[in-house]
Amino acid sequence: MSMSDSLVSCGHLDPVIAQGSTQCREARPCIHKASQRMSSDLGSGPPSSCMHIQWDLKGKTKLSLNQHSYSEMLYEHNSRDQELVRLTELITQLLVELNHSLTSVIPESALLILIGWILGGIIYGADKMQTFTLTPTVFFFYLLPQVILDAGYFMPNKLFFSNMGAILVYAVIGTCWNAATVGLGLWGCWLGGAMGDIDIGLLQFLLFGSLIAAVDPVAVIAVFEEVHVNEVLFIMVFGESLLNDGVTVVLFNVFDAFVSLGGAEIDAVEIIKGIISFFVVAFGGSLVGIIFALLISLLTRCTKNIQIIEPGFIFILGYLSYLTAEMLSLSAILSIVFCGICCQKYINANMDERSVTTVRYVMKVFANGSETIIFVFLGISAIDPAVWVWNTGFILLTLLFIFVFRFIGVFLLTWILNKYRLVPLEFIDQVVMSYGGLRGAVAYGLVAMLDENKFKEKNLMVSTTLIVVYFTVMLQGITMKPLVTWLKVKRAAVTELTLAEKIQNRTFDHMLVAIEDISGQIGHNYMRDKWHNFEERWLCWFLMKPSARKSRDYIFNIFHQLNLKDAMSYVKEGERRGSLAFVRNETKADVDFNKKFRASFSEIMPDIMADNMGPDHVPLSSILQDIVPSVCLVMHEQDLTMRESEDFNAHHLLQQHLYRGRKQHRHRYSRSHLETNRDENEVQEIFQRTMRSRLESFKSAKMGVAPAKKIQTKHQKKDKPQKMPNGNSSDKSKNHPYGDKGTCSLLFTSLLHYMKWLTRPPQLRGHQPPVVCIIIQSHSKAISGICLILENRLD
Amino acid sequence: MHIVIKLFGVPLSCPITNSMNIWFSCFLFIIVTPAHIVRLYDRFEALDKEKTGHLRPQDFGAINRLAMNPIGDRIIGAFFSPGQETVDFHSFVRILAHFRPADKKHPKDPSMPEPVNSRTSKLKFAFQLYDQDKDGKISRAELLQVLRSMLEMQVTEEQLESIADRTIQEADLDNDDAISFEEFRKSLEKVNIDHKMSIRFLR
Repeated sequence: MSMSDSLVSCGHLDPVIAQGSTQCREARPCIHKASQRMSSDLGSGPPSSCMHIQWDLKGKTKLSLNQHSYSEMLYEHNSRDQELVRLTELITQLLVELNHSLTSVIPESALLILIGWILGGIIYGADKMQTFTLTPTVFFFYLLPQVILDAGYFMPNKLFFSNMGAILVYAVIGTCWNAATVGLGLWGCWLGGAMGDIDIGLLQFLLFGSLIAAVDPVAVIAVFEEVHVNEVLFIMVFGESLLNDGVTVVLFNVFDAFVSLGGAEIDAVEIIKGIISFFVVAFGGSLVGIIFALLISLLTRCTKNIQIIEPGFIFILGYLSYLTAEMLSLSAILSIVFCGICCQKYINANMDERSVTTVRYVMKVFANGSETIIFVFLGISAIDPAVWVWNTGFILLTLLFIFVFRFIGVFLLTWILNKYRLVPLEFIDQVVMSYGGLRGAVAYGLVAMLDENKFKEKNLMVSTTLIVVYFTVMLQGITMKPLVTWLKVKRAAVTELTLAEKIQNRTFDHMLVAIEDISGQIGHNYMRDKWHNFEERWLCWFLMKPSARKSRDYIFNIFHQLNLKDAMSYVKEGERRGSLAFVRNETKADVDFNKKFRASFSEIMPDIMADNMGPDHVPLSSILQDIVPSVCLVMHEQDLTMRESEDFNAHHLLQQHLYRGRKQHRHRYSRSHLETNRDENEVQEIFQRTMRSRLESFKSAKMGVAPAKKIQTKHQKKDKPQKMPNGNSSDKSKNHPYGDKGTCSLLFTSLLHYMKWLTRPPQLRGHQPPVVCIIIQSHSKAISGICLILENRLD
Repeated sequence: MHIVIKLFGVPLSCPITNSMNIWFSCFLFIIVTPAHIVRLYDRFEALDKEKTGHLRPQDFGAINRLAMNPIGDRIIGAFFSPGQETVDFHSFVRILAHFRPADKKHPKDPSMPEPVNSRTSKLKFAFQLYDQDKDGKISRAELLQVLRSMLEMQVTEEQLESIADRTIQEADLDNDDAISFEEFRKSLEKVNIDHKMSIRFLR
């Protein structure tokens, strides 16, 4: 499942050639040359077959051996080597797919590098020189943007922005620290003679330090996907890896310019220019990204009639933001990240369900494909003796320094940050963060861009970078998971918890979440509220379609989804019984929703007849699966009424079915999984039950009271007990700790929110889809309760 | 251990009665620092939309996220003493002070009253969440209620009852088919209550 979406990349490696064009894109000069050479070297003979993997949107893969007409065109270009590459990739990915357990031990990226080595070996063996390398152009223009756009588009925004301060500290100050210490450390050791005789200077060391210091987003995602760490930790490392590009680009360019100038000409002016350029590059890049995000949002607002090409705009404009920033010498990665981050909310709201799905899937496809290719090429690039220069001192010292200084840097910065943070970062988080500072292809791309004439030791730097990348990705990637498990196990109890302890632990979790919400610790911020208000009033009005704006209300969405769930299960029940005729015989309260609320349902409720799509872009079938009750375990175990089996059952039940608290939610970003969050369903279920219980208590309270009584929302005297009938109060106190008045006013407030929303839209439309009636009839309890309240309130 | 009042230099624009409450709570050794009191007061005011100086259940109900908590309603109830319909700032802080991490450095002084955030007090708070009728014992029915709210809807009644029975069996030492506070405390002696029931901001 994890690899299936990347498989498609193989089948379309060379669309240009597939179309029969004899022109080769500039991006692949080496491939073209190689194929030309090969055609002259090797004999004739058409390739026997081409393997194709086809992948449809449902995620299933079909293999089809195809004797395509374009195989002859392929032969014409004699791209046997391309076939080789593709073939091996396919086979290995199939193998990996089969060995899913393997990927839980060794991260995919490490495996891909291994494959790259093997492939590189094959190609080198066939060719006596390395025909494929990861050229900077290909990497920076064709492979990297998709990955970063995917990262930005799926970024959990709330988490990102609430930790923005810490992320910026790590990205800017942390990277500068790493660059400076590594560069200076290496320079010191060179002066001390540890590296022997190499033609290098302080500036070159600093440059090398700056490019090796950057944490790589591709590698981070690849490794952290296997290791499930908590959200905050993940967003720290991930955010840092994305934002540090601003610093890396500036440092790289500055030191590159300095090296060209020569050491003598550097004075304070140049250094100040360098610092200013950081601000310009970073903020300029972000600004470009934001401008393009605005553009995309506006565009999706107006594309009602051309929905079929909406997805294309997203990708084109995203890529355009990257290119524009690059053209203006600003930070391209920052630009595309912010483009993705800022536009996600609006385009998800504006676009049609199917377009949104398309964008999400295609984005994942591209990102996965790019990542795969990047890692394989990283492996292939190593098998090239021309590039390898070995200098024990340099290489080992680099490894040591980046490791050690990363730890020191992270711990230092965290210590400073913890003084200002509400929730401090724990020790284990800091360890994981330091250990997770992986270097990857970005560093390699940068080092490959160095000019050989200015940098005599370029090959040494390239070799070192490659070794650093392998070390971090493979070694640290493989050992990350055991390290995390080991560190956590040390703290937890070894003995098995009793039932009471398990239940109580979960209760504590829920309690803590509730208290946090009450005390408003997380999220109650003046600036944030201000931004929220501004955004709701102006930005949404400007950037979102009018119909999208209406359906944004959260409670309504939950209510709507619950209704859909109920309706679906109702229909299922009906189908099981043979027909839906029984629906019409129900004598439930037939509420004319339209008349009551004067809302335009057909406009607000998204088209639920759309193929399998729910309002939150969640396939409804997955929601349905939760409705089917599980088999009662107790029944099956009746013959083994032993204490142990009961014990086991109880423990097992608790394990499976206790609601997880909010804190246990895993990070929601994943390269290859687009599933619906189980947490959402859980949240909806809890919300529904809370509402129902409040409704129940309200209804039962109402039954015991004279009908003329008004609901009191203001308490006149605070110490006088409530005026409810005494007979029921003791009963009620069991279920409703704060009394009936409290219950009904509580219910009222929560429904007021919903009602306020409903009374906002002014028009009245006569058309009421038939399905709405079914929904209403099936959701009798809640609806009749609402009606009761409304009758009371509106009269 | 208690708030040094002279550090409390932040002016509060609140009616005189409430500020009296704050000083009063200082004297009661509610161990919350001045900065936190200010923050909590801001929150209290934000919740108290009608500016009466007291909070009522519907003010808590306005917090949407509580509706998504299985024991949200119980926690709201815990803020209100039996018979009271409102909670003032003093009680608000007092309940929240339960969640402060315990002060390990200062030795326990037997002459002073039990601090609010000690292990015993925290356990008492948790116990009261279960024990709605305040008879000092968690009966089977009460346990069933809590379990029902914390388990997914898929779980059937029989499964629920079996879990409740087994839980009571494990914890009940005097065989009265209910869990008293002592039994409750004993069953949780291995659990690090301080870690589990503390919010780090209330440091």
